[in-house]
Amino acid sequence: MYSVSYQRAGTIAEAAKLLEAGDAAALSGGMTLIPAMKTRLSAPSTIVDLRHIPALKGIRATGRRVTIAAATTHAEVAASAEVKGVCPALCHLAAHIGDPHVRHMGTIGGSVANNDPAADYPAALLAMEATIVTNKRDIAADQFFKGLFETALEEGEIITAVTFEAPDQAGYAKFPNPASRYAMTGVFVARRSGQVRAAVTGAGDDGVFRSAEVETALSRSFDPAALQGVSVPAGNLMGDIHASPEYRANLIVVMAKRAVAQANG
Amino acid sequence: MSDVSLVVNGKAVRGTVEDRTLLVQFLRENLGLTGTHVGCDTSQCGACVVHVDGKAVKSCTMLAAQASGSTVVTIEGLAEGSELHPVQAAFRDNHGLQCGFCTPGMIMAAVDMIGRHPAGLDEPTVRAELEGNICRCTGYHNIVKAILAASQTMAAGGGAASRAA
Ligand code: FES
Ligand code: FES
Repeated sequence: MYSVSYQRAGTIAEAAKLLEAGDAAALSGGMTLIPAMKTRLSAPSTIVDLRHIPALKGIRATGRRVTIAAATTHAEVAASAEVKGVCPALCHLAAHIGDPHVRHMGTIGGSVANNDPAADYPAALLAMEATIVTNKRDIAADQFFKGLFETALEEGEIITAVTFEAPDQAGYAKFPNPASRYAMTGVFVARRSGQVRAAVTGAGDDGVFRSAEVETALSRSFDPAALQGVSVPAGNLMGDIHASPEYRANLIVVMAKRAVAQANG
Repeated sequence: MSDVSLVVNGKAVRGTVEDRTLLVQFLRENLGLTGTHVGCDTSQCGACVVHVDGKAVKSCTMLAAQASGSTVVTIEGLAEGSELHPVQAAFRDNHGLQCGFCTPGMIMAAVDMIGRHPAGLDEPTVRAELEGNICRCTGYHNIVKAILAASQTMAAGGGAASRAA
């Protein structure tokens, strides 16, 4: 790897200060950043380690309100009894990111800040109308995810937590790329007082998005059968060596069916 | 440069390393613990798996500086003198290795997996849990057998099983 300066922050304020240095990047679990630095897709001159900041650790659930601090690992979310109690779909999602070793390091804040178009968490946060909390403000998921690897975060702004009201029902299903385990298409469905939101990851040309076709069908009847015959336009979907846009369009409907079946238990 | 200090296999170690030094490089090159392998250097293969603060991680995807202050266990830290750890013994008994390149990572992953499943393991769980470990020789079959056998021995309190790894 190229030469870099490593700084460990003890508090959020200290991290914000360190990130003011030109060309500094925040390092959380490092599961994306370190591989990206090895290939020089990213080449910050300073990395600021957020993993040892106590305020960025832990999960709180009061009633149906769940708050997950940014440096909480995927393994911790997957194993959380509090989260499982009100939103088991999120535990299921976290338990299927990468592999066990990656889940021990990778964090929810890192995943959300990176906004990889095939990452799992963005779909959950968008479908559940979560709020992304930073050291400066609260940002609604609807305003947060801006496109491929693009978010509403400003230079040096640090995600401190994500928070959401658990929906009445939720489910997540993904078709993982067999090599990378990233979603080739993943759909998170959330139902809240009769309203359904369905967010799709891994398929959109411009990152995570909501599927109007799936939402309309499921708002009529929250049942896999309601998706029979529904078709999603392939126009704005990704095509690559793994799957064509048309194949992904079909996968959206199939994954949505599975996600609803899971939500209905 | 960063000063790093860790406890590795029960011994306190220190070193001054370039910030870019990966944990696996520090273990292999500074400490001479060459049991931890580098297969891919891209977070795919799991040959580099070690335990950091009790959790299996890929040491090719962590800086030594990130790990400073942590407790690390490598494959060299499992056996008690000449007595193999039950997972090592199970790999030998079940022919769970051929060339052996993936084996240190497989065994560290297995010890972690068994620890996280105190109620026991079944074959589909073991196969799913091996997602992050690639073997080019065995076809996995005997690795899975070895892990299942070790999990049973350890549940029964056999070998040096009760020892935290
Ligand atoms: S060498 Fe670390 S995962 Fe392959
Ligand atoms: S035994 Fe050769 S790679 Fe696994």
